[in-house]
Amino acid sequence: MRALRIDRNTGRFMIARLASGIDTGSAAKIGPLTLGEADAPALPGVGWQRVYPRLTGICGSDLATVEGHASTYFENWVSFPFVPGHEIVGELDSGERIVVEPVLGHAARGHALPFEGAAPGDGDDYAHLALPPLEPGIQIGFCNSTGGGWATELVAHESQIHRIPHDMSDERAVLIEPLAGGIHSALQAVESVRGVESPVIAVQGAGTMGLCAIAGLRTFAPHAHVVVGARYPAQVRAAKELGATTVVDASELARTVRHVVGCHIVGNYLSSGAHVTIDAVGNSESIGTSIHITRPHGRIVLMGMPARVDVDLTGLWHRETELKGSYTYGTETLPDGSRRRTFELAIELAGAVQTERLLSATYPLEDYVRALRHAAEAGPRGAIKIAFDLRPELLKTDKSKKAENR
Amino acid sequence: MPRPGFVLEVDRSTPPILFWRGENFSLEKLPADRSRVIYAPEPHKVIDDIDGAINHALLNPVDMDPLPTLLVPGMKLTIAFDDISLPLPKMTRPDIRQRIIEAVLDMAAEAGVDDVHIIAALALHRRMTEDELRHQLGDRIYDAFAPRGMLYQHDAEDPDNLALLGETAHGEEVEINKRAAESDLLVYVNINLVAMDGGWKSTATGLASYRSLRHHHNTHTMQNSRSFMDAHKSELHKSNWRMGEVMRKHGPKIFQIETTVNNDTFPKPFDFLAKREWEWNGRDRAKFVAAKAGLNRTPPRMARNIFHGIEAPHNMTSIQCGEVEAVHRLTTENVWKQQLVEVQGQTDILTMGIPFICPYNVNSIMNPILVMCTGLGYFFNLYRGKPLVREGGVVIMTHPTTNEFHPVHHPSYIDFFEQVLTETTVPHELEARFEKQFAQDDWYRHLYRTSYAYHGVHPFYMWYWGSHGLQHCGKVIIVGGDAPTVHRLGFTPASTLNDALEIASDVVGRSPTITHLHTPPLMVADVK
Repeated sequence: MRALRIDRNTGRFMIARLASGIDTGSAAKIGPLTLGEADAPALPGVGWQRVYPRLTGICGSDLATVEGHASTYFENWVSFPFVPGHEIVGELDSGERIVVEPVLGHAARGHALPFEGAAPGDGDDYAHLALPPLEPGIQIGFCNSTGGGWATELVAHESQIHRIPHDMSDERAVLIEPLAGGIHSALQAVESVRGVESPVIAVQGAGTMGLCAIAGLRTFAPHAHVVVGARYPAQVRAAKELGATTVVDASELARTVRHVVGCHIVGNYLSSGAHVTIDAVGNSESIGTSIHITRPHGRIVLMGMPARVDVDLTGLWHRETELKGSYTYGTETLPDGSRRRTFELAIELAGAVQTERLLSATYPLEDYVRALRHAAEAGPRGAIKIAFDLRPELLKTDKSKKAENR
Repeated sequence: MPRPGFVLEVDRSTPPILFWRGENFSLEKLPADRSRVIYAPEPHKVIDDIDGAINHALLNPVDMDPLPTLLVPGMKLTIAFDDISLPLPKMTRPDIRQRIIEAVLDMAAEAGVDDVHIIAALALHRRMTEDELRHQLGDRIYDAFAPRGMLYQHDAEDPDNLALLGETAHGEEVEINKRAAESDLLVYVNINLVAMDGGWKSTATGLASYRSLRHHHNTHTMQNSRSFMDAHKSELHKSNWRMGEVMRKHGPKIFQIETTVNNDTFPKPFDFLAKREWEWNGRDRAKFVAAKAGLNRTPPRMARNIFHGIEAPHNMTSIQCGEVEAVHRLTTENVWKQQLVEVQGQTDILTMGIPFICPYNVNSIMNPILVMCTGLGYFFNLYRGKPLVREGGVVIMTHPTTNEFHPVHHPSYIDFFEQVLTETTVPHELEARFEKQFAQDDWYRHLYRTSYAYHGVHPFYMWYWGSHGLQHCGKVIIVGGDAPTVHRLGFTPASTLNDALEIASDVVGRSPTITHLHTPPLMVADVK
């Protein structure tokens, strides 16, 4: 199969990190990522299927990995070499189109479910992520055993496969995974404002994840005043289209939240602030700002993947602010008390959100350097989501091989 | 004998004309045979014996008894005075207000009046610093009254110190400073820089609360004041005068002291800025070149400090005291004498250089909202009769219009720029959607009362101030303005005056008439 692969090469990670600091997007050319032919991953066992990606998105976490910015935390939770890519719409040997819920949960790894009907992201013991039969890996796209979406082929477990309606376009479906992440964060925010008559929810960052969180908030907290800090005009437009109440330049978020809430500013901190802040950026500055603008006893939903940060947590301590991580998705408790899998909600919501409008450009796998540069420069270039288009590759895939697999 | 105002018809021999650009300026060549430049009358002579004139006026008021006869022991006397928003630039010490208040205090002391409060009539403007108060009132007054809490600044948000006097027949509430309202005599000390100042506006605006001010500081009033400078055609004036009626019936006895100043705006070495360009001598040209070269290399903050450090040589040309309306009639006549310039007919394009200062950025930053207000609010309204520019015509301003605000003086302006103008620039709409929230914002209220911030609603008032101009003009262009900032204002940026004229041709055709308002110095065009 044709695949983009990341090897454990410390030197290249370091070079990528340095290069990306000088020239955004250059890491793809000189970093740990290589394009080539590779053996397709073997099916790990019963319940596994081959998936042939049609479109696969480029996520911020993928970029962080390619650019060598990812935390060393992941060293024990991934297995090299691996094929990145976890925002996948693909097809099975049967020809059915599916989206992949990439988390390698208990079912995929042959472990007992934490509870009946659990989604891959559920549970409070992550031992299964690092234990056999699969190589370590938090999800497809970071696991040597499964492959990833930046290839013409991968394997996925039945528990990860969601069939999509015939009339749903690939362009819409490829955004389901980030939309599920957005819904998950939104519900974490909504949970903490239950019973609040006029909640104010701030969202920092209006890249794909921030925008998907806004879409989630509009669905599950339609009465909330959603204030968004965005950096680029395309993000501002998209945030407004998705229903944000107020969208301002990121540098004005604190002032705007203050104004909406009607509180004071004391030093760098709002005296009160947003009931919840969704931080879809995840760096030192954004986390600091989140603490500044979230009201005492409020919640910060940390959606953007951070690495090592330098943040003064005195305010967090004094204000008794809750800092809640928001990794992916799982089983959600909705405001009406019902329980649903996030991915199911995302598939249902994708049509209403028209997620395809967030897909700005696609590239063939061969053009990965340009694709990754575009993704790294998405904001300034007026783009939201960049994806690889593997459909031409799929047409070239040996039909007999697929038939054989069938 | 000072020369009257003058309208220059531009021909091929006309030298380039000076345009202000904030803390800088440029010389621009205007198209020959279809351009004209309006110059202000030359500065009138100031009164030789100012202190003598003050005493004479206090002893010989109009339609009132002499001040000493109104002063009796045990009475409650309040002296209110105009704030830092005028004159512009600030005058050299001693300020007229100091001289007048010292004279009033001398008479009060002679009469045995010891309950005297001195109040800066701020309305919703920012509080002044100690230095600024000392500049206006002098050290003697400041040191005698401020430490004892008898010199202070009006607080339009202090419910315990406001008094509701009643309502006009139009339902306008008249609520003013309680101490002033409950005084046996209120002496108001005014500097009438332009015709709309003074009269009942001194007290009905300067000492009022938001509750009262909102009745005339709104889009409807501003769009129906044509212009603010013409009392007979000004809704703003009429509303203040209606409130004056309520004050006359239910308020304190008022002894109004109004003064006019000449338009001697710039001291040396900046005096060339007020001259007519064809009369510049070699020294003037050298000063321009040197100033321009220096300013081009000077960081904006330093340039701002230089200009705001200017103390103008302008001084008192008249003083009249007594009954408010009778006094104001005389004052207005004296203002017209200095400022009126007769102009024949309207123009397709009105050009104006926006200087470094307006009433609301003294010792501060001319932010984008104030650029709009200065251009479309003040300069556009410097007319009597008809606007200088025809309806549907174009206004071209020159100013850098950077996205820069003074965080202490103008906090609500920043939010207005970021949160309101991003939604709408239509005065009626932003008034309906956003004014109340800004006006009632507790943080802005706190900063207005305890820091040096303009009231939360003030940027709205600035926008309303320009609403007549906005409504009247077909296009507004800012030459040299930061493009994103100018766009946010709803205007069109241009790099050069020629570019601006080219852009304007879409609206006014290829050979429009052009009029340049050569101000400052201040003037009012009497458009026939």
